Parts: sequence; structure tokens; C-alpha cells
Amino acid sequence: MASVEHPQKTAWWNNAHNRALLFQILLALGVSVFFAFIANNTIHNLEQRGISTGFAFLKQKAGFGIIQHLIPYTENDTYGRTFIVGLLNTILVSALGIICATILGFIIGVARLSSNWLVSKLAGIYIETFRNLPLLLQIFFWYFAVLQALPSPRNSLHIGKKFFLNIRGVYLPSPIFQQGFGWVAGAFILAILATIILKRWAGKRQEETGEQFPVFWTATGLILLLPMVAYFATGRPLSWEYPVLKGFNFQGGITIIPELAALLIALSVYTASLIAEIVRSGILSVSHGQTEAAAALGLRPGKVLRLVIIPQAMRVIIPQMTSQYLNLVKNSSLATAIGYPDLVAVFAGTTLNQTGQAIEVIAMTMAVYLTISLTISFFMNWYNARSQLRER
Amino acid sequence: MKKLSFIMVAVFFMISASLASASTLEEVQKRDVLQCGVSTGLPGFSNPDEKGNWTGLDVDACRAVAAAVLHDANKVKFVPLTAKERFTALQSGEIDILSRNTTWTLTRDTSLGLNFTHTDYYDGQGFMVSKKLGVKSAKELDGAAICIQAGTTTELNLADYFKQNKMKYQAVVFDTSDQTVKGFEAGRCDVLTSDQSQLYGLRIKLAKPEDAVVLPEIISKEPLGPVVRQGDDGWFNIVKWTIFAMIDAEEMGVTSKNVDEMKKSTDPNIRRLLGLEGIKGKGMNLSDDWAYQIIKQVGNYGEVFERNVGQGSPLKIKRGLNALWNKGGIQYAPPIR
Repeated sequence: MASVEHPQKTAWWNNAHNRALLFQILLALGVSVFFAFIANNTIHNLEQRGISTGFAFLKQKAGFGIIQHLIPYTENDTYGRTFIVGLLNTILVSALGIICATILGFIIGVARLSSNWLVSKLAGIYIETFRNLPLLLQIFFWYFAVLQALPSPRNSLHIGKKFFLNIRGVYLPSPIFQQGFGWVAGAFILAILATIILKRWAGKRQEETGEQFPVFWTATGLILLLPMVAYFATGRPLSWEYPVLKGFNFQGGITIIPELAALLIALSVYTASLIAEIVRSGILSVSHGQTEAAAALGLRPGKVLRLVIIPQAMRVIIPQMTSQYLNLVKNSSLATAIGYPDLVAVFAGTTLNQTGQAIEVIAMTMAVYLTISLTISFFMNWYNARSQLRER
Repeated sequence: MKKLSFIMVAVFFMISASLASASTLEEVQKRDVLQCGVSTGLPGFSNPDEKGNWTGLDVDACRAVAAAVLHDANKVKFVPLTAKERFTALQSGEIDILSRNTTWTLTRDTSLGLNFTHTDYYDGQGFMVSKKLGVKSAKELDGAAICIQAGTTTELNLADYFKQNKMKYQAVVFDTSDQTVKGFEAGRCDVLTSDQSQLYGLRIKLAKPEDAVVLPEIISKEPLGPVVRQGDDGWFNIVKWTIFAMIDAEEMGVTSKNVDEMKKSTDPNIRRLLGLEGIKGKGMNLSDDWAYQIIKQVGNYGEVFERNVGQGSPLKIKRGLNALWNKGGIQYAPPIR
């Protein structure tokens, strides 16, 4: 067998690398031409049918009311602003939902593995009930069955005439910051910074000397005491506005509308049942030998869980958590079923209908969900990479 | 997410639909069934009964078109749509007619690629409140929570009305009229607002209709009627003249019961209506007896009105504006000649 030591000079199109490049360029061209054709065709057809196109509608006056807005909004604002209002409402319910579902899910997941028979069975029942019922049904349940059983505004449940609960929502006093409150906020930030420094110092000291420092209690003291001192020193610069029943409804204070409450409860409870199972699988993935070894070193059960099991379980948990968070954000669009003014209900609902510009509105809505999801994904991937086993 | 995917599919169809350019009439005749967009359930206008048969004023408008085009008032496929979905469904070609208590406005007529044919019900927006609130007028509603259906002119009128009267309100917006009623019934809001005709319809749906009252104020003009796609003038004419034929038939006293006898009439107006002389159905590419089929199978405008929303129905709505022009109302149709 004579091997060819000096291959003949081949034509450039016979070079595998060049050829791959050529095909990729051709494919990219083909795809762009296809999309350009679709876009062009769409615009042409819309024009031909007398349907308005473009994004000029975003500057037009909206003229409809939205019950919950995190930024100032009136009927005189533009369609563009309804987009922001809806977006913020979506982000609000998603963020709160992710926090609540994570906390609840961790508690239930750990409880499921508890050696206490009753606790573990209760957690099991919780999981099997909530993860097996359709989410939309659960949202309706919380909204129509639970919340609507509450009394009318005139017969509100209340705590000391300051907190009210009725079918229109929860009414809380709202804080009014007066001059000098900046000092209190400053003290709070200072306390947090001090805690971070303290933790670093304590960690370093433990590594060097093996002595432990009660970081948790010191930090709690700092965070509570420092702002408190500032508060009294500046002459209590904070007052409260209480909700008052005026005419049909309560005015003033902070209102949590029942639509938000129902959606938040449903999303948290449902996602928590899935997270609980993920947490359980994560914990079970850590070999039992680890627990025994930690116990043999004299660690108490709480510390075994916190210092040995959870950090290792996180590697299994995080990637699956990412999917659950993404699901939660997307599921929040079910809000439209109970009238919570999220992005889909407000922007892809009312605004779309009033302007009739389906393509623009839906494209913007999809872009938002894509952006939120990719952001979560990116962050979780970063966190995942950070918590992976570092082999030395 | 279901809604979202629905709209996406609809948008996709919008992109691809125009490649086929057959007229709506040919398509309907080839398919042998008329696709008609109606509400998700509104007594008197479009509501399925226990057996799943659709009834109502809007439903009968579609049946009349089917009778004229396909000679069979039952060859209609009803597509229930929420207020939010309706225009996209029509634009995308999923339905041939939108007959869903839809208000005729400048924006909708000129920027959605749609054409309103004729007003088959003159309506106005009103308020329904719970009796125990003791409210007598809409002017007393400052600060009230108000249940509304999403994507309607109602939402806009409400904002205008409250602003003009320097009052505040909280809008609780639902997707379907059923949910709106549920919210009102549970006490989530003090007031339910909608077109007045709908309020009477929705009131019967309440567990205790006698606990709710409809306030006297009417705060807007709501001319409701069938809508078709812009750009198919032939189809636009057919739907428009179907409604006209029903109104003209009432004016001439031709009903579903006496239409066969009327064929013997010597009145040239009636003879032209029933396709016995004149241009007949030629201009619309329909058969000569198109109007006869409408009247025979569905009835004239008065019959349809009384049967669905008037004295023959639980709604008992008076003709009011919807009476013929020569009987104190404003329903008026051009002559058939």
C-alpha cells in the first residue's frame, strides 16, 4: 500500500472546510430570502386589504382603564404605555410567583423526605393533588371558589380598622416617607454592607483559627438596630395612610387586587408541587454516605442538610428549576382568564382589539416573553456553572 | 396561551390566505356551508340552546345569508368568538361573516380591512347595578368597581363617560360575557356595563335576576350589524341586501307564513322582492328567489326581532329605535327595484 505523502493540490471547492462554509452561506442566504419574502408579502397583503400597519399606533391615546398599574397610568396615556403597564404586571406576578414557589417548593420537598410519617405523607398528598390538576382549573378555583367567598366591602374583615380584607382585595396602609427618611434607608444599606464585610471576615477567621463567629445573630442585630436608631434620631419620619371606605370602595392605602392574589396563589402552589419533586430528587441524588460521613464528623442534622446535602443537591436541582421558572413566567399569561391585567390581557388583548394591529402586537408580545425567558435562562445557566463541582 | 396560539395561526393564515383569490361567494357555495362568527353566548343575539342549536338575532342574520346563498338556512357553521378574537378571525378568512353584536365605528370600518354592512340593531351602552346599592342614576357611580368585557367599545365609552362627569372607577376586565356576569354576581364589582340589549340578556343569566336593575342612562351610540372583509364587493352586497330584504319584507307585510300567498300579489314591489319580476338576483349572482328563501326560512326583520329579543322572547325588549321608519323607529332599507 503506497500512501500518498504529498496530496495533489485540490480545487478549493473540494476542500471540506471551504465547502462547509459555502453551504452555510447558501443556507443563511436562503433563510433570509425566505423571511424577507414573507415579510414583504405580509406588508403587501395588509396594505391591499386596507389594514393599518406600522408602530405608529403606540403613540395614539389608549382611552381605556387598567385596574392595576405599577407606574402612573390614566385613560389619556398611549397604547405604548399600556404595553409597559402590562409588562410590569407580568413581571410582578412572575417574580413574586418564582420567589413563593421556590420557598414553598423547598419546604415541601424537604418535608416529603422527613422521617416523620405524618409530615411526609401530607407533603406527598400536597404534591400529588396540585401537580395533577390543570393549572387553569386551579386559577379558577382560587378566584371563583375561594376569593369570591369573601364579604362585600361594607362587611370587610379587618384588623384594628387598619388592614381590610374583602372581595375587592386586601387593603393595607401605605407608608408616607417624610423628610429625613433617607437617613433610615442609608442606615439600612450601611447595615447590609457591614454584614457582608462581617461575613467575609468571619469566614477568613474560621479558616485560619477554626473559631466560629455568630454571624447570623450579629447581622440580624445590625440590620434591625441601625435603621431603628436612625429612625428615632431623625424624629420618626414615617407616617401611614390608612384605607377608608368611601362610597362603593376603599380609597387610599395599598390595594392587592383579588386577581393578583388568585393568580399568584395558583402559580405558586402549582409550581411548588413540581419544585418539591425536583428538590426531592436532588437530595436523593446525594449518596447516603455523605450524610453518614457528616454525622460522623459531629455535624447536627440541620447543618448536615445546609452544609453538605443541599450544596451537592443543587447541581441536580438548578437545571430543572430553570425549566420550572420559565414555565411559571409563560403560565402567568393565563391571567387573562380571570381578568388580571398582564401583558397578554392588556396589550395582546384590549390594545390589539382596539387597534386591530395583530401582527405588530403579537410580535412585540412574543419578543417580551422570549426576552424574559432568555434572561432567566442566562442567569440560571450562570448560576448553574458557578455551583457545579469544581474538580481540583 | 390558547388565545395567543389562535391569533398566531390566524396571522399565519392572513399571510397565506391572499394567495387564493376566489370570491367569498364561490368559496361558500363550493364549501356548501356558511361560516359565521358569533358570540360565546349572549341571550337574544347568539346563544346555543340545550340541544346546541344556535338562536338569536345575530344568528338569524347568518341564517338569512345562508338561505339566500345556499337555499338552506341550516347550512351554517357557527364559530363562537370572544370580543378579542373576532376581527382577527374575519381578517384571516376563518369566517365569512362576523355577526356578533359588533359596534360600527370609524376605526373599525377604516383601519381593520373590514366593512360594516348595515345596522341590524341600534343599541346604546347602559349600566346594570345590584338593587341593594340603591343607586338610581349612573351619575352616582363615582368610585365604583365596574365589570366589562375586554376589547369592546364599551371599555372606551366608559372611560369617556367617567372622565366627562369627573368621576373615578376601577375597571375589572374579563374575556367573555359569562365571566363578566360571574364577577358581577359574586360582588367583585358594583356595576356591569355593556350594550343595553345585552344587559337585559345577561340579567336573565343571573341566579336572581330581580336583584339587579338596569339604570336608565344610555351613554353611547352602538349600531350593531354584520361585518365582512373589505375588498370583496360582491359578498358585501349580498350580506347588505340580505338585511335590506328582511326590512323591506316587514315594510311590505310579507312574513314567513304568508310568503307563498304573496307570490300571487299584484303589488310590483312585492313581486320584485320575491323575484317574480325586475332584476331579481342577477346583480349578486344569486338565484331569482333569494329573498323568497330568506323570508320563507328565516322570516322578515320584525319576525326575527320579536322572536329573539322582543315580545316572543324572555327579553321583552321594545322595538324603540329598531321599529321601521314609518312606525317611529329608524330602520330603513333602500327599495328593491
